[in-house]
Amino acid sequence: MAAVSGVSRMSGLCFHAARQTAALKALRPMTRRSFRVTAAHQQQPFDSSLEKPQFPGASAEFVDHLEFIQPNVISGIPVYRVMDRQGNIINASEDPQLSKETVLNFYQKMTLLNTMDRILYESQRQGRISFYMTNYGEEGTHIGSAAALESNDLVFGQYREAGVLMYRGFPLDLFMAQCYANADDLGKGRQMPVHYGSKDLNFVTISSPLATQIPQAVGAAYALKRENMNRAVICYFGEGAASEGDAHAGFNFSATLECPLIFFCRNNGYAISTPTNEQYRGDGIAARGPGYGMLSIRVDGNDVFAVYNATKEARRRAVAENQPFLIEAMTYRIGHHSTSDDSSAYRSVDEVNYWDKQDHPISRLRHYMTARDWWSEDDERSWRKQSRKTVMEAFERAERRLKPNPELLFTDVYEEMTPSLDKQRESMFRHIQQYKEHYPVDLYEK
Amino acid sequence: MAAAARVFIRGAHATLSVPGAGKQSSARSALLKLSPGCSSRLKTQQRHAAHFTFQPEPVTTQYGPTQKMNLFQSITSALDNTLASDPTAVIFGEDVAFGGVFRCTVGLRDKYGKDRVFNTPLCEQGIVGFGIGAAVAGATAIAEIQFADYIFPAFDQIVNEAAKYRYRSGNLFDCGNLTIRAPWGCVGHGSLYHSQSPEAFFAHCPGIKIVIPRGPLEAKGLLLSCIADNNPCLFFEPKILYRAAVEQVPVDSYTIPLSQAEVLQEGSDVTLVAWGTQIHVLKEVANMAQEKLGVSCEVIDLRTILPWDTETICKSVVKTGRLLISHEAPVTGGFAAEISSTVQEECFLNLEAPIARVCGYDTPFPHIFEPFYIPDKWKCFEAIKRMINY
Repeated sequence: MAAVSGVSRMSGLCFHAARQTAALKALRPMTRRSFRVTAAHQQQPFDSSLEKPQFPGASAEFVDHLEFIQPNVISGIPVYRVMDRQGNIINASEDPQLSKETVLNFYQKMTLLNTMDRILYESQRQGRISFYMTNYGEEGTHIGSAAALESNDLVFGQYREAGVLMYRGFPLDLFMAQCYANADDLGKGRQMPVHYGSKDLNFVTISSPLATQIPQAVGAAYALKRENMNRAVICYFGEGAASEGDAHAGFNFSATLECPLIFFCRNNGYAISTPTNEQYRGDGIAARGPGYGMLSIRVDGNDVFAVYNATKEARRRAVAENQPFLIEAMTYRIGHHSTSDDSSAYRSVDEVNYWDKQDHPISRLRHYMTARDWWSEDDERSWRKQSRKTVMEAFERAERRLKPNPELLFTDVYEEMTPSLDKQRESMFRHIQQYKEHYPVDLYEK
Repeated sequence: MAAAARVFIRGAHATLSVPGAGKQSSARSALLKLSPGCSSRLKTQQRHAAHFTFQPEPVTTQYGPTQKMNLFQSITSALDNTLASDPTAVIFGEDVAFGGVFRCTVGLRDKYGKDRVFNTPLCEQGIVGFGIGAAVAGATAIAEIQFADYIFPAFDQIVNEAAKYRYRSGNLFDCGNLTIRAPWGCVGHGSLYHSQSPEAFFAHCPGIKIVIPRGPLEAKGLLLSCIADNNPCLFFEPKILYRAAVEQVPVDSYTIPLSQAEVLQEGSDVTLVAWGTQIHVLKEVANMAQEKLGVSCEVIDLRTILPWDTETICKSVVKTGRLLISHEAPVTGGFAAEISSTVQEECFLNLEAPIARVCGYDTPFPHIFEPFYIPDKWKCFEAIKRMINY
């Protein structure tokens, strides 16, 4: 939005009008991406003879009748989609017309994720891993958005975005290693399962506290903007996390500091057991964006092409114009919150079945593919068999691996080892040496 | 200017919105004349003199040419050096653009640009979260929290995120490039929310470093060390010293090592430990003890609260046999408790007397009762007497 800084120099124009003009001008291609650091808002000298508001805080017109603005929750922000629930393209001009190879890859990544989820969920039930969170029903949000990014765009996630990592090429062995906390885990066994991270794939390690990643993503985007290397940041979070103060902080900072990032909200209907009508009363998360001065959209999260299109355009403009975008992807959490949850306690099986059978991102994409003869029943059968086999093989390898050396309990607290931690480490090893029969030392690397 | 006159001036401002100094001063003197029993300095409104005398460091030439600077200027100097040498460095927080409420960032925005020295919205959790993210992405992020009293909204980001970033990611990611600065400690009239010393809350958090300087020369070197250090650092600046502490400070960059306490004066009978403003109180106490009691005190500035230099403190206590730790923060759970506990573990048989903690009371920091609340030189002196006579 280089046009805005030019326009803001014109005194007397209210900022809102300036933005609207700029929005039209923004379609002009940017030859040099502007480093748009807005100067102190150029205010016309205060002039009480004008019948226009002179307040520094807002520049709309006066109104002389008392009327409260109605929040619009009945017919709120519409949901953008490309395919109907049967996978048919509705408006041909919105079809991104991706190649067969790309679309098959989307499908295979979504189904591989689904297969890995089933196997790891089971493995927790069997006591092999301590905890797991599935992604059932939200595979479209992961793959559609991941595909629309560049590989060096930085990803900040919450905990239900494993498909993004999978799309980028994180191997099954490393997913398993993290869940098993074995010696191959890049995270050195320190966190609960599903807290993945990969520096090579530009996926910042997940942490349990919700929404903390949101202002962090903004800071990262600001730093990347200054680097001027055409990189964006995407920040995923759920509709529940969006209630946290950190979300408000992140939205506000991203707009005021003009950061190239995409806020991607997975609105899946539940925060553990809390349904959306107990999470917010406004028109979801997308409606909050304009309040912060942010371009916003709501999409059908189960439509991988809608997710792809919205993310692709948001990314292009975020980087070109140095401003944040808010995408609210509507979807449904088909699985339980985690292995510690039994969602039949708070929702009906019928409700879950509807989404599983009648509006699922994987089936919608399959219908799109079969309509083009890109995928047959045989392809489906053999792919299911193959993906299950590769997941099982990785699973068995991960099970056999030892856990990391207990020395790794003490490293990376600081960059360097401190004298006091060193003493504590020695004390622990002495203790284990003396009481070794009470500690599972054989499960760990020496 | 006496506090009494200031009170009356404030009153004048409230009732007369007069521009121009001339009219103000006649209004002022008119008000003063109204009240017959009133002198320009009422006993009840006498401003209590500062509880310490700032003792400047001797001039040093080891780091190159020096310039007279007060504490806030030495901070500006450190930030200036940083912005000059590190193109990724950015400074942000509330009101830093115009120079900051304590003038620590004056001139930097004009010199280095709006993209590098900028205001954020009023939101500490956002400031720290933003700083963490910038650091993770490779920038040298220097966040300012306007008063340490307001750091608590950022507690989750500091303790759950910044401190644990490297550990939880298996060293794939870290926010070592982050430094958080905040004005700290009593200021004479700060009351509950402009006087706090919150180091103890954070000392319980492995993964961050906490540093508190006693003057301008120390501040610049320690701040530059924090910025250079590859771990997230909290740097607390004693606000009462911003103007009051003036020293010759090197113009160029230099660092003072972290996690190293400094023995400021050697002694044989009692070890006195403190940090920040309280060092100047203890220096005076050491002189009082020598003159009035013939007691020789060893004064140690801890400087880094976390990770702290147990070796220097314990070595001193082994020598003297007596330890007094003093801080403004409330005594229960204050950092003196940690030092005391470690020293009695390591030096139990060397102790001649119980370890003394002369600290704030377990109350919020009071306004009008500040002279009674703070661990002043008389309280410290009395504690030494009791230790010697134990």
